[in-house]
Amino acid sequence: MSAAIELVDLYKSFGSTEIIRGVNLAIERGERHAIIGPNGAGKSTLYNLITSKYVPTSGHIRLRGEDVTGHPPYEINRKGLARSFQVTNIFPRMTVFENVRCGVLWAMNYRYSFWHDVDRLDDVSQRSLKVLEDIGMAARADVPAGVLSYAEQRELEIGITIAGGADIILLDEPTAGMNRSETAQTVDLVRRITENKTLVMVEHDMSVVFGLADRITVLVYGEVIASGRPDEIRGNPAVREAYLGEEVD
Amino acid sequence: MAAVASTAAAGRKSFLRRNAVWWLALAFVILLPQVAHSGTAIAVLNQMCIMVIFSLSYNMLLGQGGMLSFGHAVYFGLGGYFAMHLIQIASAAGFFMPLPLTPLAGGLAGLLFGLIFGSFSTNRAGTVFAMISLGIGELIAASSLIFVKFSGGEEGITGDRTDLTPLFGVNFGRDYQVYYVIAAWMILSAWLMYRFSRTPLGRMANAVRDNPERAEFVGYSQKRVRLLSFMAAGFFAGIAGGLFALNYEIVTEETVNLTTSGVVLLQAYIGGVGFFAGPIVGAVVYTLLQTLLSNYTEIWAFYVGLIFVATVMYAPTGLTGIIMMHQPIYRAGKLRSLALPYLQVGAPALCCAIGVIGLLELLHFVSVRAVGQSTKHLFWMTINVGQPTPWIVFALLTVGGFLVARRQAPKLTAAWDAATAQLHARGER
Amino acid sequence: MLELTVFSLLNGLVYGLLLFMLSAGLTLIFSMMGVLNFAHASLYMLGAYFAYSISTKVGFWPGLVVAPVLVGLVGALIERYGLRNVHRYGHVAELIFTFGIAFLIDEFVQLVWGKQTMDYHGPGILNFPLFALWGIDFPAYKAFMLAISIGIFIALLVVLTRTRVGLIIQAAISHPNQVAMLGHNVPLVFTGVFGFGSALAGLAGVIAGPELGTFPGMAAVLGSIVFVVIVVGGLGSLWGAFLASLLIGMLQTFAVAVDYSLGDLFAKIGIPLSKTSALSDLYTATVAQIGPILPYLLLVLILIFRPTGLLGKREV
Repeated sequence: MSAAIELVDLYKSFGSTEIIRGVNLAIERGERHAIIGPNGAGKSTLYNLITSKYVPTSGHIRLRGEDVTGHPPYEINRKGLARSFQVTNIFPRMTVFENVRCGVLWAMNYRYSFWHDVDRLDDVSQRSLKVLEDIGMAARADVPAGVLSYAEQRELEIGITIAGGADIILLDEPTAGMNRSETAQTVDLVRRITENKTLVMVEHDMSVVFGLADRITVLVYGEVIASGRPDEIRGNPAVREAYLGEEVD
Repeated sequence: MAAVASTAAAGRKSFLRRNAVWWLALAFVILLPQVAHSGTAIAVLNQMCIMVIFSLSYNMLLGQGGMLSFGHAVYFGLGGYFAMHLIQIASAAGFFMPLPLTPLAGGLAGLLFGLIFGSFSTNRAGTVFAMISLGIGELIAASSLIFVKFSGGEEGITGDRTDLTPLFGVNFGRDYQVYYVIAAWMILSAWLMYRFSRTPLGRMANAVRDNPERAEFVGYSQKRVRLLSFMAAGFFAGIAGGLFALNYEIVTEETVNLTTSGVVLLQAYIGGVGFFAGPIVGAVVYTLLQTLLSNYTEIWAFYVGLIFVATVMYAPTGLTGIIMMHQPIYRAGKLRSLALPYLQVGAPALCCAIGVIGLLELLHFVSVRAVGQSTKHLFWMTINVGQPTPWIVFALLTVGGFLVARRQAPKLTAAWDAATAQLHARGER
Repeated sequence: MLELTVFSLLNGLVYGLLLFMLSAGLTLIFSMMGVLNFAHASLYMLGAYFAYSISTKVGFWPGLVVAPVLVGLVGALIERYGLRNVHRYGHVAELIFTFGIAFLIDEFVQLVWGKQTMDYHGPGILNFPLFALWGIDFPAYKAFMLAISIGIFIALLVVLTRTRVGLIIQAAISHPNQVAMLGHNVPLVFTGVFGFGSALAGLAGVIAGPELGTFPGMAAVLGSIVFVVIVVGGLGSLWGAFLASLLIGMLQTFAVAVDYSLGDLFAKIGIPLSKTSALSDLYTATVAQIGPILPYLLLVLILIFRPTGLLGKREV
């Protein structure tokens, strides 16, 4: 069975600056995978390449064995890959419920329908409410997303990401800017929603990484210097060197 | 939760009850000619209804879709041309063409050209879209003067709606007969456009407007969403154009040019693009200004321009936005507390406005008067423009009114804050 | 044939350089502030009208100096008290605002000067034929227009590349935040650039008014063409604006001289087409008649096939 995501000889340059230099990586189905690395390593770029926000300069990206290099984001999403954003990217003028509903519509095959009354689509509403319950925001359903607190917006962000039922979930620094209790809550949430799904996570917070991940990949200067189980990574001298001065707990 | 409750409850209510507001609107519109029955009134109403459809269609682009178009009159005018040709052909050939259905020809033309031009103009929103729309608008307007067979050139094309086969004995020769056709189309179109905004496509159009990247990452092609909105907006603009052809029985280059595109932008924006009813308010207000004001002053268009610029700068949510701002205060029963502050600011502001109007009218009069004229009728007075007095009076009103209003403004702000403070405390927006 | 070509070249040059004067200001403003100034052509019109009024009192030459300054002031005021407040609502709001200003200026001109064409003419001493070729005169006034336009072009080039102000402006175009941190007053630079761009537009109006006519529709006539120029040239590129101005200037001027239609071409090769069919307009229209739509056709083609324009590096 082919890997959920496969990166083959991936290169990405912006102008003359090479950011990703030959990344080869296979993320297995059902795996919780974390990508870590120092600032400027290219984690965000790699993340954006997988989610097709950027097109690779060369190399291939395969989704469940199917080559999707250069395909537009909405096609990638329709094939069952969903992503969250580092900078919160919600629909500020819609309510929390409506935000999640947007994530549900395509997945429930309503497509570009202009003949269904969205207020009378019970299946859509129920699915949206279920997602809200899953992320613990059911009580805030009618609040406009723009006035939510930062942490709530991050949760809503995750909610929109999983609403479509994608089985490959990509999260970009889900706990960024959160305090300890918020982080713990988010880790719980992520663990819950990624049961039996593939998770790829870019993270800085090592406690989150080592708490959640089945496998960790370390990216430095656009290259993979190590990839393996958490205990392997902990003991890897190259990784220690890259993170010199940082606490690897 | 309200969300689930509204969905379940919506299922239980009948079609009649759910659309109660629309039935009321239909009744209102049908009964209106009983009250406003003079020839002028009907003519104004006809124009207003056509403009309402046109502005609502424009807001599908700007308010709903975030696409600023400077060329929406293309679909309005092309719709008019096609509907007029249908009238001409049907009259000449004598086949049965029910008059109320002729705007559909306009709508279909608008839809078709929306597809053709939208296919390459909806790649991006924002400034690029605006520029493309301007280019296409000028292209079509200029073409209409060249391709004379289709457009009649500068004189335009005309037709006689009474030449169509009468419907139940009515040949629609009278303005009020056409009014019912136009008004019915207005209610139907407005209802359809509202329903459109409540469909998956309509919701995603909002989503693409606010965050196109996110919309793509929930599975929607932003380009496709914009294109479909564009086509729908073209359809309804074409309907409005078809009604225009029916009403005025002439379609010219003016129907398709930049001025008309500008007017619909003005209407929608003054009314308020963030609300469904905004363009309706804008169309009504603009038509009233155009028809009534023009009786009293030659420079009415300048005043409209002032109102527009003021709206952009100080009230970007439009007239409807201003009204809706008061809604939570009204619901809390605190509206009365604002009455005095509004008066305290409003009275000097009114003086300032009178001063400005006076100066502008005098300036205009002095600049373009025929030789020998020296008195002007203004504000029910006869003013001798040669004397310095009226100029000084208006100047004082302007400056004084502005200064006093500005000094009183903090009272209004304070009253507003007081009225809304209680709402904030209760956790409302 | 040759005289047609030569004169079309000359006239195209005059018109093209005029377009450049307008589009240069617009490009500067857009590059620096991201604002597409819809009111730019209206400021051009204002320049012509101011110069006209001045010329009726004290003559053409004072108008040449004073009118652009006045228009520059108007532009600076628009930026300082209008645009700056609208800026926080985003580019679309700015565009709507400048559209409103354009509308207001157009109505104001009619308010003060009326709807008739003004009798604005060039100075008497330029009212002679500079030279004649094949019996056709080339007026000295047109040469004067050329001289001013070329002068402005050279001045712009020198100022932008060799003076401190120019370098600051070039820097602010690409990195406004850094320039602010270097201690330059970026809002003041913005007001200055907007004012300067407006003054350029006003100057274009002063010299074009006598030649192209001073009437309330003059802004509409040129306004859209100027937008075509900067999009075709590439948004944000002065050289692109220069190239596109000349291209479109030549295109329109040469087109006007060509009195042939597609139908004439078909007739020449022996296939006469019916003059009464419904589609006959498509091929009986002469190239001269479709001249006005050529720039817009070019715009649409560029936007489909090369959205960054000829020399531009940014899509908006």
